[in-house]
Amino acid sequence: MRTATLDNGLKVLIQEEHTAPLASVWCWYKVGSKDERPGLTGVSHWVEHMNFKGTKNIPRDQVKGIIEQYGGSWNGYTWIDQTTYLETATRDALDRMLFIESERMANCLYHPDDCESERTVIISELQGSENDPDQLLEQEVTATAFKAHPYQHPTIGWLPDLQTMTRDDLYGYYRRYYVPNNATLVIVGDVDPDEALRRVNHYFGAIESGGDLERLRAMEPEQTGERRLTIRKEGTTAYLKIAFHAPSATDDQFVPLVLLDAVLTGAKGLNLWSSFRAAPPQRSARLYRALVERGLASSVSGSILPTQQPFLYTVSATATEGTVLATLEEATLEELDRIRQGGITEPELVKAKAQLKTRLVFDNDSVTNVAHQLGYFETIASVDLFTSLPSRIAAATLEEVADAARAVLPSSNRTVGWFDPLPVGNGRSKSEV
Amino acid sequence: MSSTSQTSDFRLQTFQGLSPTRTTLDSGVVVLAKETKAIPAVAINLAIRAGSACDPPEAPGATWLLSRVIDRGTAKRSAAEIAEALDSRGITVNISVTRHLFTLVCLCLAEDFEPVMTLLSEMVMMPSLPTQEVETRKGQVITAIRQDEDNPMVRATESLMALLYPDGHPYGRPTKGSVEVVEGLTRERLLTLHDQRFAPTELSAVVVGDVDPSHAHDVAARVFGGWQSGAPSPLVLPPVRHATRRQRLVVPMMNKAQADIAYGFTTITRRDPDYYAFWLMNNALGQYAIGGRLGDSIRERQGMAYYVSSSLDANVAEGPLAIRAGVSPANVDRAVASIDEEITKLVTEGLTPKEIDESRRYLIGSIPRALETNAAIATFLQTAEFFRLGLDYDVRLPALLSAVTVEQANAAARRVLHPDRATLVIAGPYQESRRP
Repeated sequence: MRTATLDNGLKVLIQEEHTAPLASVWCWYKVGSKDERPGLTGVSHWVEHMNFKGTKNIPRDQVKGIIEQYGGSWNGYTWIDQTTYLETATRDALDRMLFIESERMANCLYHPDDCESERTVIISELQGSENDPDQLLEQEVTATAFKAHPYQHPTIGWLPDLQTMTRDDLYGYYRRYYVPNNATLVIVGDVDPDEALRRVNHYFGAIESGGDLERLRAMEPEQTGERRLTIRKEGTTAYLKIAFHAPSATDDQFVPLVLLDAVLTGAKGLNLWSSFRAAPPQRSARLYRALVERGLASSVSGSILPTQQPFLYTVSATATEGTVLATLEEATLEELDRIRQGGITEPELVKAKAQLKTRLVFDNDSVTNVAHQLGYFETIASVDLFTSLPSRIAAATLEEVADAARAVLPSSNRTVGWFDPLPVGNGRSKSEV
Repeated sequence: MSSTSQTSDFRLQTFQGLSPTRTTLDSGVVVLAKETKAIPAVAINLAIRAGSACDPPEAPGATWLLSRVIDRGTAKRSAAEIAEALDSRGITVNISVTRHLFTLVCLCLAEDFEPVMTLLSEMVMMPSLPTQEVETRKGQVITAIRQDEDNPMVRATESLMALLYPDGHPYGRPTKGSVEVVEGLTRERLLTLHDQRFAPTELSAVVVGDVDPSHAHDVAARVFGGWQSGAPSPLVLPPVRHATRRQRLVVPMMNKAQADIAYGFTTITRRDPDYYAFWLMNNALGQYAIGGRLGDSIRERQGMAYYVSSSLDANVAEGPLAIRAGVSPANVDRAVASIDEEITKLVTEGLTPKEIDESRRYLIGSIPRALETNAAIATFLQTAEFFRLGLDYDVRLPALLSAVTVEQANAAARRVLHPDRATLVIAGPYQESRRP
């Protein structure tokens, strides 16, 4: 992999992959919902939306279609630590992709009409996620688990903030964080690294550095007792979530916790993107056997993701019809207590390592996915952390996994959330010709 | 901007073609293999022509339940042994059921190819369907049906399909079935269904990845060669009746924050010569650059929805073109009016040559990206096999798209789309207003 840093501070990572005539470009910014102060929750994500609305040199009505003409796809996402934009297309589109990303960094327009139009689109996105009881519960559990740290609020923001945020709030935030010294450009694909770097310099070299960025400095105090919440709302299905404060990606206990989760619910891979892909191998996992195989839950999952600062390890389960949440919670906590007290076995450790090794191979199946892996880790910590993961996984011991279980799983560190459905009282369907 | 023909020539030169190898075993099993070297892994895709359209008329959902339990025990291994075989290799079997195909997909490391293929073949040929497993999976399926009942997007889509394909047509039935039917299903019923529909003549096995094609064919021949089972009776689909009037259904779900709209028409079969004209038309209408014309109007210009798009599912029978959107309840009427307006404009004024050209360039240019991963190539080859599109379909595809004229794409729109014949479902926090 070729790495470089331009004079203005832009970090560049270029990796050749000649398996397909494609290139993937990702521009990552070290800004996410953790950087938002009260009253401006959701601004990072809204800014991401605004950055597809035209620039000084790409008229509003010509944004769409540039990458499509190379058969390409484009998108972006925002989460707690990061905002990122991507294009993947045939390799001859590389110049266009770099042009688009340089424009996005320096020249977005933020027309007031577009800001207003996007307000309703984002509120629609929020309402769509609230239609899903599981997502609603996750939002409330996270908000309860954190008292001080901005990881507390959802990335999409709280509705009152989305209703009142102004164009100046959005544009000011954009100008503060969209600077080359707060970004990493990742290029993976069928490219010549020297030529690619020359083109990066051509498009990004003249963008001015933004100087030092002042960050929010909130720290989450240690949790001193179990927290609980129950959402009672009309619905058909009961959901359980148990969240524990968990170490950041750079913490020595992070990899042992990933292995612990693999033993409990099956290995997912090592970042947000890979966790959305194929279902984990979990039929012999402890919580799957205890909950799904006993008929208490229709599904169970665990989530431990690499984050810049300490976030959460969350276990989620969907109750089967007729199972009361208290029973599901009791069975879940029983397994979590067992592993906290007794750790895992040698065969379990061997299996968890094999699962992670396989998932890491699968995660390299496309230029888009390879580029994501590199940019994700560089943004939350460093790309070196990513390249060191296979050896860290291989070196992890039974004792380290047991230590992680003892550190993370005590009852005083957990937040328990229930979605306890009330009977649905809707009228019957109405048909009309 | 280059012309269409220049673009197509460029793509044709760039893309070398998959050139898979294809054999048919004596038993009738079709085997397709393609070697790739991107990662040391293999995608195995086994498709049996036994999708939900094969559900017994009195037991819709039986095929879906079979798909939940077929991998939970075989004549040679217990559920626990299968769990260990999968988990120790870090792999999962993804089993899906569409209208016509029952598909098992597994990605594994190249070194595990042979034992994994053996395991999958046992699931297909000799599932034991233990009673306890059937009961546990019934509980899971019933919970999933309850979740669907509380999901406006699913309610809108399933209701649309029921209205477009009424009177028990297989395309109109929910794939998971109903709680009442699932509760009554037994191990014996599922075994009978398996005996009736699973046969070597119905299976195509696709292997893509870091494995020599001749080895892939040898392994497939070894694991499936001895399978003896008579060909099932042919599936007969009732004729599709195209709507002659507008229909509208509201599914009030007042506990929800957002309403989902599903708006659609019956269209054509996949073998219809106009398929490529329909494909281009649908891309321009509701897909190109995040939602096509619909996305431009409803999301970009009016800011009404986070998502809006259209999809075309030309199938063995005349499949649907469905437009879907998620909107705030206050915007439902305006969104429906905008969809009507776009459909009217499409059938009266048509798409422009520029729009067709852009969609064409996009679809042709996206072929290398769509065929980048082993899993994606395997899915593509299965589709080509199912619809008998030929081993060189990937190479011929650019020319097929290039041959479509603007007039053909607009004729496709006029053939099936019209607001007066649209079927429309709104599910969410919305109630029909009283009318005088």
